[in-house]
Amino acid sequence: MGALLEIVLAGVVLVNLAMLGTNRLKSCIRFVGVQGVLIGLAPALAPGWSYGPRPVAMLAIAILIKGFLMPWLLLRAIREAHVRREIEPFLGYTASVLLGAVLSAAAFGFAARLPVAAPAGPPFLPVGVATLLSGTLLMVARKKAVTQVIGYLVMENGIFLFGQGLGAELPAPVEIGILLDLLVAVFVMGIAMFHINREFDSMGVHQLTELRD
Amino acid sequence: MILLASAVAALVLGGLGAAVFGRTQRQAAAWGAGAAVLGSLLGLLALPGPLLRATTLTHASPWSVPFGSILLVLDPLSAVFLLATFVLAPVAAWYGASYLRTYERRRPGLPWLFYDLLIASIVVVLVARNGVLFLVAWEAMTLASFFLVTFEDERAEVRRAGWTYLVAAHLGTAFLMLFFAWLAALTGSFDFAAAPGAAALAGSQGWLFALALVGFGTKAGLVPLHVWLPEAHPAAPSHVSVVMSGVMIATGVYGILRAILLLGPLPGAWGLALIVIGAVTGIVGALYALAQGDLKRLLAYSSVENMGIVLLGIGAGVLGAAHGSAAIAALGFGAALLHVLNHALFKGLLFLGAGSVRHAAGTLALDRLGGLAHRMPGTAAMFLLGSAAIIALPPLNGFAGEFPAYLAGLRAAAELPPGGRWGGLLLVVALATTGGLAIVAFVKAAGMAFLGRPRSDGARAAREVEPGLVRPLYVLAAGCVLLGLAPWLGAWAVSAAAASLAGQPATPLLDAARTLGVVAPVLVAVIVAGVLARAWLMRRRRQAVADTWACGYDAPLPRAQYTASSLVAPLTALVPAALRAGVQHVRAPAGYFPAGGRVRAEAGDAFEQRVYRASFLRLRQAAERLRLVQHGRVQWYLLYIFAALLVLLLVEFGRAR
Amino acid sequence: MNAATLLPPLLGLAAAPLFSGLIAKLKARAVGRQGPPLLQGYRDLARLLRKGAVYSRDTTWVFRAGPLLSAVAGAFALFLIPAAGLTAPVAFAGDFLLLAYLLALGRVFTVLAALDTGSSFEGMGASRELLVSTLAEPALFLVLLVLVTQAGELSLSAALAPGAGAHALDAAAPLALAAAALVLLLLAENARVPVDDPTTHLELTMIHEVMVLDHGGPDLALIEYGGALKLWAFAALLVGVALSPAEWHPAVEAGAFLAGMAAVAALVALIESSMARLRLTRVPQFVVVASVLAGFSLLLSFV
Repeated sequence: MGALLEIVLAGVVLVNLAMLGTNRLKSCIRFVGVQGVLIGLAPALAPGWSYGPRPVAMLAIAILIKGFLMPWLLLRAIREAHVRREIEPFLGYTASVLLGAVLSAAAFGFAARLPVAAPAGPPFLPVGVATLLSGTLLMVARKKAVTQVIGYLVMENGIFLFGQGLGAELPAPVEIGILLDLLVAVFVMGIAMFHINREFDSMGVHQLTELRD
Repeated sequence: MILLASAVAALVLGGLGAAVFGRTQRQAAAWGAGAAVLGSLLGLLALPGPLLRATTLTHASPWSVPFGSILLVLDPLSAVFLLATFVLAPVAAWYGASYLRTYERRRPGLPWLFYDLLIASIVVVLVARNGVLFLVAWEAMTLASFFLVTFEDERAEVRRAGWTYLVAAHLGTAFLMLFFAWLAALTGSFDFAAAPGAAALAGSQGWLFALALVGFGTKAGLVPLHVWLPEAHPAAPSHVSVVMSGVMIATGVYGILRAILLLGPLPGAWGLALIVIGAVTGIVGALYALAQGDLKRLLAYSSVENMGIVLLGIGAGVLGAAHGSAAIAALGFGAALLHVLNHALFKGLLFLGAGSVRHAAGTLALDRLGGLAHRMPGTAAMFLLGSAAIIALPPLNGFAGEFPAYLAGLRAAAELPPGGRWGGLLLVVALATTGGLAIVAFVKAAGMAFLGRPRSDGARAAREVEPGLVRPLYVLAAGCVLLGLAPWLGAWAVSAAAASLAGQPATPLLDAARTLGVVAPVLVAVIVAGVLARAWLMRRRRQAVADTWACGYDAPLPRAQYTASSLVAPLTALVPAALRAGVQHVRAPAGYFPAGGRVRAEAGDAFEQRVYRASFLRLRQAAERLRLVQHGRVQWYLLYIFAALLVLLLVEFGRAR
Repeated sequence: MNAATLLPPLLGLAAAPLFSGLIAKLKARAVGRQGPPLLQGYRDLARLLRKGAVYSRDTTWVFRAGPLLSAVAGAFALFLIPAAGLTAPVAFAGDFLLLAYLLALGRVFTVLAALDTGSSFEGMGASRELLVSTLAEPALFLVLLVLVTQAGELSLSAALAPGAGAHALDAAAPLALAAAALVLLLLAENARVPVDDPTTHLELTMIHEVMVLDHGGPDLALIEYGGALKLWAFAALLVGVALSPAEWHPAVEAGAFLAGMAAVAALVALIESSMARLRLTRVPQFVVVASVLAGFSLLLSFV
């Protein structure tokens, strides 16, 4: 189990880097869906997992929402807006990937210094922080609104992993609540993207500065 | 205490009733003014004990608000201020019932609701002895009066005045919150126990008193915290201006006096400081008063001046107490309290008169009035009486009130060691100077408005207002005359409170009043004898009526008369440039065939322009510079958050090492 | 209050027009004229009292009250001033405050009466009068303050009682300065040259005279009488200040008082005939000089 978990977590980090490197929006969305599935599976592979109707149900719901529902919503959004690719980002793609890698390494070093969790356990904490940082980088360095949403989702995944690493056992309603919040957030952001597109004829978030006082 | 509680209850219920059931002006006035009168009568019944026999009534009950408790104490000091409240509130309400009738409003009950709430919150402020309760009632007072000030909110200047008032009041309240919080931290509770004394305050007495002085001084209108007064008081309807000028700013004075009682005996240096502040406030207030062209603004600045006079009395009291002179302390505090009562009476009278002028002539600009004494004889006579009272002409109550203040200063100048002597000297000179300036201000006000010939069509068309707007003036005027002819009545009312502040019985105060009480009626008798003699003489002489002769130089136009600003021009020319702040709106004649031009000059307030407006402007400019950070780029905002988190993490790491 | 104390005020009530007549006579003699008879003042009053009155239709009761109040104020003031070594009939702690405010009462109603006529001419007088009196009032208070603190007494009668300020030499300087200030104040408050010219009717030079232009008949009589009373009051005060260190037999005191009044009359006449009226812009400076003198004397008495 331990090895499988490590592979999964490594996969998460790789997906991060992949998202940072691509400029095709559909790929990005699919990647975040894959990441959602991986993240959903991760708790099941961790030590201390107990099979039961409720945990399994939670798992299924999480995978469904993060892995399929949200990417579907995002795909719909970009289809309505007829966008395909990311436009000239603030930070080039290669540079992004490199920076992402550096940040992930730094995350590992950082996690080692944290005064929590066993060093020999599954590397939830470092991967969580790395995912968080990757998500932030995605949001900061890109211009399209869709990428911002994707970055937000990635950050959420990172936080989830981090929480897993701390042994945070959330009661079911709270987990459902968080998922619901995510869903609503994506929904609302979809609407916002539609309006941004309609107003500026483009999804570039940098155009929002025109609205400033 | 039951009487006071029922008074407050009557006020609140009546106000609510006016708001809910008052569908017409008449109904609303019946509820609102009726509640005010009933509540005041109930309240007055509660006062004789504390005032005359120095008894104290207490009521304590717990309150769910943290740190708060409903601790109410009616002692002589509160009773004096309550006396002013319960005399002025019903009279102003009586006036307001007729005054508001000319305003078309969809919800006529609302002004009455806020009026009754204002009175009720003032009552609670005056008897509250818990910091939290006090602040709640203080805030209620501010808000109720704010809604009353912005009654005519369709006018831009009224809205602006309301805004200025709200900001200034809350700045003052901030200082009060600091004061109460610090005091509670030192004494362990928000309740005002009997004076904890200087020992418990461990050296913070000076700072605490400074906080209280700023906080309460903002409400009382001490210079330089007075800038809201000339905006807010003229903007409010006249019967509300009466309550604000007569009672609400007196709560500021009450707060200062209560702070003195709470913080224990203050050193003589504070007495000197208070005298200086009082002198500056009085002189600046009087100077600005005589420069105003609007009747109500003049009266508002005069209120500032009178609060300066009250502060002079308080300063003398503190000085006397610090040097152990019972006479000076009693005279000083007694004079301050007497002046609060007297000011309520004659300022109330003057503001009501101004309201009647506005109703009759349609304007309060002194340059557009004139000749109203022929057209509104009752109002004119009462206004002139009020002016004579506020100038402190014998035998009216103003003189009886300033007399003990002078005595306190003279005694201080004669008896005290050097530090106190200068205080006494400054007090006498300042009082004399403000008196002289006030004479000019009110000769201008009364002379320009009521005497001479009408300067505009509005003034020419004025008629005496309805009895409901004249009779209240008679009541207040009667009070002025009564306290002038029988000054021992006033001294009697305040002696218990003055004694509690001075720590000694207030015998010198009563003695002074008794002396005046003999002289004043004699003077009146002489005047009356003179009047009768003249009447007898003139009956046997031929009298005729003609135009004004003026050495044959009379101009036919009323416009040739002296205007308000030209009357005082020689004096305002002497004012130092630092205090001058005039605003001129000029529309010059233009073109080859100019149609006409227009000049409008207003007397501004140098403090408002040079101190407050300038510093707010500078603040805004600094804030504008910070706007560089607000560029609207989402990514940068994210980076800000991220950077902040990073910094925090590094700091935490550094500390963990 | 014994009967003797009533004598000086009653004398003042009776002799005030004579005092003004004396000044007029001496003024005339100083420039080589005969001058009006000493009793001319009484004849003028009698003549005016016999006349009827014409009132402007713009005026109100204020116009009719002005002359009366100024006369009453002046008369009452006489009863507050100690003279000839006696106390004043009305004496109490702070009585000089009543004195100052009584004068203010008279002045206020005179100004109001002037404004009541609705004439720009009288308004001019009102404006100028307000200027002079606002500056003169603190000066008067300072002088009274000096007297009171010098003697350590709160009543004017006690402060000017024989020997009260008798700390000999160190009392002399403040008293002298106070007396000088009082002379200046006398000239300013009573509309005498160099502040105002009581005999002119030129717009350029009038302050008090212009305010009373519309009064005629008995009203003018009251105004003239009130003015004379006020002049007597100031002169009596000045004599009291000058003679206060002395302690003499009552008869000598009485004679000294009368001689002092005559001396004051001569002084005023001298000043009036030798000086020209000041430019109006200089009048404030003149009054401020009086304040400065009084303030200086106060400093001296404190130190």
